Amino acid sequence: MPKPLAFTIGRRSLLLGMPALAFAGGIRTAFAYAPTDQRLVVVLLRGAMDGLSVVAPYGSPQLAGLRGGLMLPEPGQPGGLLDLGGQFGLHPSLAGLHGMYSDGELLILHAVAGPYRSRSHFDAQDMMESGADHRLDSGWLNRAAGAMPPPASESARPLVAGLSMPLLMEGAVPVSSYAPDKLADKMPAALWDQVAMLSAADPLIGPAVQEGLASRSYDAGVVAQMQGATGDLARFSGPAGQLLAAPDGPRIAALEIGGWDTHQAQKPRLAQTLKLLDDGMVALKGGLGPAWSKTAVLVITEFGRTARENGTNGTDHGTASACFVLGGAVAGGRVGGTWPGLADNQLFENRDLDPTTDMWSVAKGLLAEHMGVRSAAFRAIFPGSSADPASGLIRRV
Amino acid sequence: METHPALALIRFGLGRRGDEDVPADPGAWLQAQLDGPGTPAYPDGLSSVADALNALHQLGELRKISKTKIDPKDDPVVPLMKADAAAECGQWLSAEDSFRERLVLFWTNHFTVSRRTGACGPLIGPFIREAIRPNVNGDFGTMLLAVMRHPAMLVYLNNAQSAGPDSVGGLRRHVGLNENLGRECLELHTVSPAAGYTQADVTAMASIITGWSIKPDGDDAGFLFRRRAHEPGSKILMGREFPEGEEGGIEALAFLAVHPSTARHLATKLARHFVADDPPPALVERIADRYLATSGNLPEVMRVVIASPEAWQGLSKLRTPLDFTCASMRAVNLPGDQSKRVASAMNAMGQPLWNAPSPKGWSDLASDWVDPATLLRRVEFAYQLSGSANNQDPVALTDVALGPFAAKPLKTAVANAGSRREAIALLFSSPEFWRR
Repeated sequence: MPKPLAFTIGRRSLLLGMPALAFAGGIRTAFAYAPTDQRLVVVLLRGAMDGLSVVAPYGSPQLAGLRGGLMLPEPGQPGGLLDLGGQFGLHPSLAGLHGMYSDGELLILHAVAGPYRSRSHFDAQDMMESGADHRLDSGWLNRAAGAMPPPASESARPLVAGLSMPLLMEGAVPVSSYAPDKLADKMPAALWDQVAMLSAADPLIGPAVQEGLASRSYDAGVVAQMQGATGDLARFSGPAGQLLAAPDGPRIAALEIGGWDTHQAQKPRLAQTLKLLDDGMVALKGGLGPAWSKTAVLVITEFGRTARENGTNGTDHGTASACFVLGGAVAGGRVGGTWPGLADNQLFENRDLDPTTDMWSVAKGLLAEHMGVRSAAFRAIFPGSSADPASGLIRRV
Repeated sequence: METHPALALIRFGLGRRGDEDVPADPGAWLQAQLDGPGTPAYPDGLSSVADALNALHQLGELRKISKTKIDPKDDPVVPLMKADAAAECGQWLSAEDSFRERLVLFWTNHFTVSRRTGACGPLIGPFIREAIRPNVNGDFGTMLLAVMRHPAMLVYLNNAQSAGPDSVGGLRRHVGLNENLGRECLELHTVSPAAGYTQADVTAMASIITGWSIKPDGDDAGFLFRRRAHEPGSKILMGREFPEGEEGGIEALAFLAVHPSTARHLATKLARHFVADDPPPALVERIADRYLATSGNLPEVMRVVIASPEAWQGLSKLRTPLDFTCASMRAVNLPGDQSKRVASAMNAMGQPLWNAPSPKGWSDLASDWVDPATLLRRVEFAYQLSGSANNQDPVALTDVALGPFAAKPLKTAVANAGSRREAIALLFSSPEFWRR
């Protein structure tokens, strides 16, 4: 059954009794704060995060049947999920985020997806970053920056913390970039694994690569044992937070972290990547210091993964995933969105978590409520998007 | 004969550029590059050997009067070396006639001069431009003479200071012969030890070229024959008599250039470079025969190589770090001067730019490059480079870089990778991309 992509209040039931995100047409720009003092950070999770493992609906009767070996113990048990209020549990690698949730600083939205329907990483990432249903030459965050008052100085330009410029930040508005050093730009462990596999059959190169990895204490196939093998997000996000905290610093920043494409050995791989994300977000908060109270961080991934476990202890490309909105300015401490259910007929194409919240409504909501972007600008920022800006994302002061 | 279009750029060239077409007729594409000198349109302002020698002279004068180390920003040599690296790296990455560029690289490595001898630094660029490039499509003997008279080689292998023990200067200053260039000319540049020469021949060769030296400053800085350092009398080299004087050296080099042992030595190196580490003896034979029949005419020799079926069979050669760096950077085809990235990559992968450890140059054997630690640095470079190319289509890039040589596991991995960046990193970390 095809389902509309935008949703309206009350159309679907919610779990947890949490208030739904309110979607209001025609946002008014009445703010109690100067727009330039707010911070917005967007974190891209490249490779498609498995929302059902990260924010597990452990109260769902279908979950065990779908997930099999990917299941984690329920909250309260050793190595179990971190409870989010009785129906959902946060992955145990996300202890830092769970603390923010308890402090009301983390809003989790479930069953979120962009309005595009592609299961190609490349295409979907292009669209997630372009803010459109096809690849553009500029990213939505850059165009959003163009709709805000221009930075007072060069130091206040939008910031990319990383060694490569994501399409998200490409565009007419000049951006600056920060990278601690090349060593921080480490290859994800899973990629080393693939490199080793590609050359395994080569009689000359294969043994040399194996030996090289062995001498780096890399045990092929046991990627979870590799320490810090994925790009070390905290080394970018901590300093990025400090830059954002400066009175004349940037107000917009983008970060990215790969390693989410867990087709096999998902449990150890996801645990490792989530830990890096968690450390990265804690470091970002630490770097921001008091400015955390004026910050909202949007964490998005290009699509979700299959509801069912695949044949190699992993999951394949799917549709909806979870999205995080965190920060001192965020009205958090709840799981929002519209829970679509996991029964076969509730899954998208009887396969994926069904998308019930449009990623652009969340992004628009943050731009409007938090950064003072006027709704008239959304047509250029998200061309072709009819999604209404979500409201209620930001704490009312 | 089956000539694989994609292989022309991979094997004979420096890798296909992102904006480059696969030649419709690979044979014709290669043939066309065997005409004319390998001298490209350089940026303005590159130094001549005279400029470089004067800069070195100026640096020497600075050192005399300076009590402290010269600050790099005051060092007159540094900007010349930077410009040379930018110009040559620029050619590797942008050249459309990349087969000719490979020939330039081959002969530059054959006649290695290295930054490990400090004073060579600013002379290497002029050496490539003045001694190698104009002669890659000429007679080997012409190149040999240009190399042996070039200040870069005379400095690197110490001939500039060599003096005949019985020469006027030698007797007065009690200095003598330095055999270095004479020996390497026989061993590495021409006949090789297979010719069976003796120590007496080495001494003779070194004596023959005594006085081949350098005028270190002034507008005419460059090669200078110093008669006062030249060993008097005729010399016997490999059973031949060569007269006293500058002419004796020119004649000896002409003799060595067309010697059958030189033909075999060069034929083996060419076949090893273009066909296989262990080249088929029959092919070496054919190349050497053509070499002798044409008195070392390099285009004629290369025509034998490109016309041989052995040269068109799959990806048989491991790419050196230089090959790997060029091929990956040509594929992604980034704008602007990339010489710093090239130099730092080559350094990390064990082949620092113009820094060969010995006059033998860099090895052309896979066994010398399958070092586990440095191979992993290729992967790390691939990951870094892919971060700068994360807006490119990995599937299209795989086709550019490998064409039909991309195996199915790689294609699958690229198509299913978690991001463009990861896909491109996998492409450049694949065993097929590490070969040519």
